[in-house]
Amino acid sequence: MSLPFLLEIGTEEIPDWMIPGALESLHDLFEKTEIPHETVQLDATPRRLVLRVEGVPERQADSEDVISGPASSAPEQAVAGFARKHGVSAQDLQVRNGRYTVTKKTVGRRYQDILADSLPELILHINFPKMMYWTGKTGPRFIRPIRWIVALLGEQVVPFELAGVRSGALSAGHRRLGSPEIAITIADYERRLRDHYVILSAAERRQKIQSELEGVRVKPDAALLDTLVYITEYPTPIVGSFDAQFLELPEEVLVTVMRHHQKYFSVQDSQGKLAAKFVAVMNIDADPDGFVRSGNERVLRARFNDARFFWETDQKKTIADRVQDLAHVTFQAKLGTYLDKVKLMGQVVRQLTDDQHAWKAVWLCKSDLTTELVKEFPELQGIVGGLYARAQGEPEPVWQAIYDHYKPLSMEDSIPRNRTGQFVALADKLDTLQGCFRVGLIPTGSRDPFGLRRAAQGVVKIIVEGKLEVLLFELFSGDEALRSFFEERVRFYFKDVRGFKYDEVNAAMAAGWSNLVDLEARLGRIQDLRSSPDFEPLAASFKRIRNILEQAKFTGLGAIEETLLEAGPERELYDEYRRIAGQPIESVISKLRPKVDLFFDKVLVNAPDARVRHNRLTLLNTLLKEFSTIADFSQIVTNF
Amino acid sequence: MLSFQDIVFKLKHYWSERGCIIQEPYDVEVGAGTMCPETFLRVLGPNPYRVAYVQPSRRPADGRYGDNPNRLFKHSQLQVILKPSPDDVIDQYLGSLEAIGIDLRKHDLKFEEDNWEAPTLGAWGIGWQVMLDGLEITQFTYFQQCGGIDLDLVPAEITYGLERITAFLEVRDSVYDIEWTKDFTYRDVRYNDELQYSVYNFEMADIATLWKLFELHEGEAARLLKAYDPESPEKKRFPLLPAYDQVLKCSNIFNTLDARGAISVTERVGMIQRVRKIAVGVAQAWLNQQQEVLAAEEVAR
Repeated sequence: MSLPFLLEIGTEEIPDWMIPGALESLHDLFEKTEIPHETVQLDATPRRLVLRVEGVPERQADSEDVISGPASSAPEQAVAGFARKHGVSAQDLQVRNGRYTVTKKTVGRRYQDILADSLPELILHINFPKMMYWTGKTGPRFIRPIRWIVALLGEQVVPFELAGVRSGALSAGHRRLGSPEIAITIADYERRLRDHYVILSAAERRQKIQSELEGVRVKPDAALLDTLVYITEYPTPIVGSFDAQFLELPEEVLVTVMRHHQKYFSVQDSQGKLAAKFVAVMNIDADPDGFVRSGNERVLRARFNDARFFWETDQKKTIADRVQDLAHVTFQAKLGTYLDKVKLMGQVVRQLTDDQHAWKAVWLCKSDLTTELVKEFPELQGIVGGLYARAQGEPEPVWQAIYDHYKPLSMEDSIPRNRTGQFVALADKLDTLQGCFRVGLIPTGSRDPFGLRRAAQGVVKIIVEGKLEVLLFELFSGDEALRSFFEERVRFYFKDVRGFKYDEVNAAMAAGWSNLVDLEARLGRIQDLRSSPDFEPLAASFKRIRNILEQAKFTGLGAIEETLLEAGPERELYDEYRRIAGQPIESVISKLRPKVDLFFDKVLVNAPDARVRHNRLTLLNTLLKEFSTIADFSQIVTNF
Repeated sequence: MLSFQDIVFKLKHYWSERGCIIQEPYDVEVGAGTMCPETFLRVLGPNPYRVAYVQPSRRPADGRYGDNPNRLFKHSQLQVILKPSPDDVIDQYLGSLEAIGIDLRKHDLKFEEDNWEAPTLGAWGIGWQVMLDGLEITQFTYFQQCGGIDLDLVPAEITYGLERITAFLEVRDSVYDIEWTKDFTYRDVRYNDELQYSVYNFEMADIATLWKLFELHEGEAARLLKAYDPESPEKKRFPLLPAYDQVLKCSNIFNTLDARGAISVTERVGMIQRVRKIAVGVAQAWLNQQQEVLAAEEVAR
């Protein structure tokens, strides 16, 4: 007989962003118990993590172990001792393969007992980025206090105690709309929760929010929706409005206030412009008296008033006049202030471009760190500077460059929209990288407090996608650690972000990676070449050539002496090389391959005559060099 | 309609019914109710404690000359410490909201992650900001460390923002319009404080004098801490509570200097370290002093 199993860990409100990871961890931990089962389903609300399993057997199968003892020739005393040790009489022993043996039967344990033993440990091992004590420093640790536990195998409670809580069959409803204790069975669990205003399924909570917002032009925001799904047990959206006069403030500021501070969706009008409305998602079923709506409207009004006050106050001093104030804002203790930083960025940007707008934008781009608006909304750094620059009459390339210079914030984010902005963003990131490496703040393992990996990744993305003629190696100023750090990021970008095969990336980078635009073009060519039937065989031959040259410790000196070439395959290979040299490999690969194959088939490179041998090695080396400018083909993994 | 003081009375009464000592505000200026010895020192060690008090909390940098409807130099916190935290602590908290007339079936309440940290006190905790219809009305924290010390019993700290809650209940857009009593508004009672302290903190506080005061108070705290002898049979008499007052003085002067714009970024980090050093010193000595007292009581029994 197989049974369903239900585990509900009832807690105080878990931070929304930790819930999906916690469920994954719970799932892994359950699989590690090796309890046989059919399906597993995981669900969560802020107050409960739920594991539901189908098809757990009632008990383990019985097992038999044969234990070998003394040889059949052993003295009687030894045999008796063996029997005694295993609690049987000597007559019960069997002789197998010349030894006394005893057969031990183990009755399979009930899974109810196995679960009762393993669940307390399992629960405490669920992985959260941060944990707390709630009784005292020697007590249990979890993300938030555990207040109840439901553990049922079939109709039976799996009995255990954890953190002073006894497992049982009592769940809890919604904090304010449901009952604090609900008796449940596995069969009626989800329905009973729903009766008490808890929608267990995150997908269903999401669906409820979305369907109740049909007809409202909500600005899509998947991350905010995720958050709201996991901070509610019974979500209900409501639409509120604000005074249209606030629409004079920049949209970015309004949206940030609504999103980051109030967790509201913004709403658009039919032209796609911001409307004087917002959507809040409540954790109750209805707002019949409009209390929740008017309360939220009041809070938003106060927030917008603050933002307007900051916007107006900040404008009293231009961002150009604020640059010197950056002397009071620390960038990093070892690297000095932001004033130092913009000066150093100025040097980097002059290396990159003659664009005067970029030089100016670099000088101005950090000034917004001294504004009240950025102090209030740090996530708007850069954007606020760009908005102030525009309001203060800076030319479009300049203000847009300031606005965009933190981009790309992730691999999914876009790069700055104009060339000026791309150079400013590069200067910012490169300066940070150079500076941190200079003073030894180099990321190790998962520790990367200054986000240097993201910065380097951003550099790569901007150069490649912006098609910028930048030579990376000139920017490392001889810093070997920085060079190898970038090498890893370039490899990651083309392999994991762009999806090129790892051997293609290795091959192309081996032929150089200082110019990333060129590298991208070469990778594209290799990818196309790969479909040619001649490609892998030729790559295999190139590998062979490289091995031969290495074994011969060939130094590459000297020119090919035509007189030493043997008629036949060697001469033909040479002639072919002469014909196709200088042409792109794509157009010659089909001609080259048969000649190379024939050469290896018929010609002994290691000729007895040293001069002939040397000449052959020279021929191979010349060939290899000629066709290795786009990639080191010997790095291609082949089946040959 | 409940007045500001009605709400204070009701909350005090509610927590008094749940076993809390109702304390009066501490008589040294502080930035938050947490800093009062009733919280900072009482949460240390193995003794249970329950206390609630209103603490006027001074944040010099938040002053707005009485012009901003929501920001105050000095706001009032109702601070509740439940040590150890009872299993139904959240239900008790929700009960307190109902006690001041909030119908929780008709309002939206959310617990949003918000961990608390006070670097100058070597203290931090895990918890939430409690949002009522989008307004933050309470900070709820399970203390984890205080004075750099792991806590034997984890207390729950509930800190109500009284002005905000009252403005919410009275439906006021400005805290100055809330009724302190039927006849007096918040403006009548507190406007002068807001205006005059803003002028002092931002314009007139004498920087040289404040630095001197900071050093004097810091020196006094350090002198006392140095004189504390954990081996002394008389250590019970040792004035650690007065030493802690010196820490509070330093903290408030630091905040005033900061508002005055007199502390550079680099100095700031150093100043926090200095206050932290004496705060942690007092916490450790206090724990040592209390443990000896406890042990003695144990023996006597």
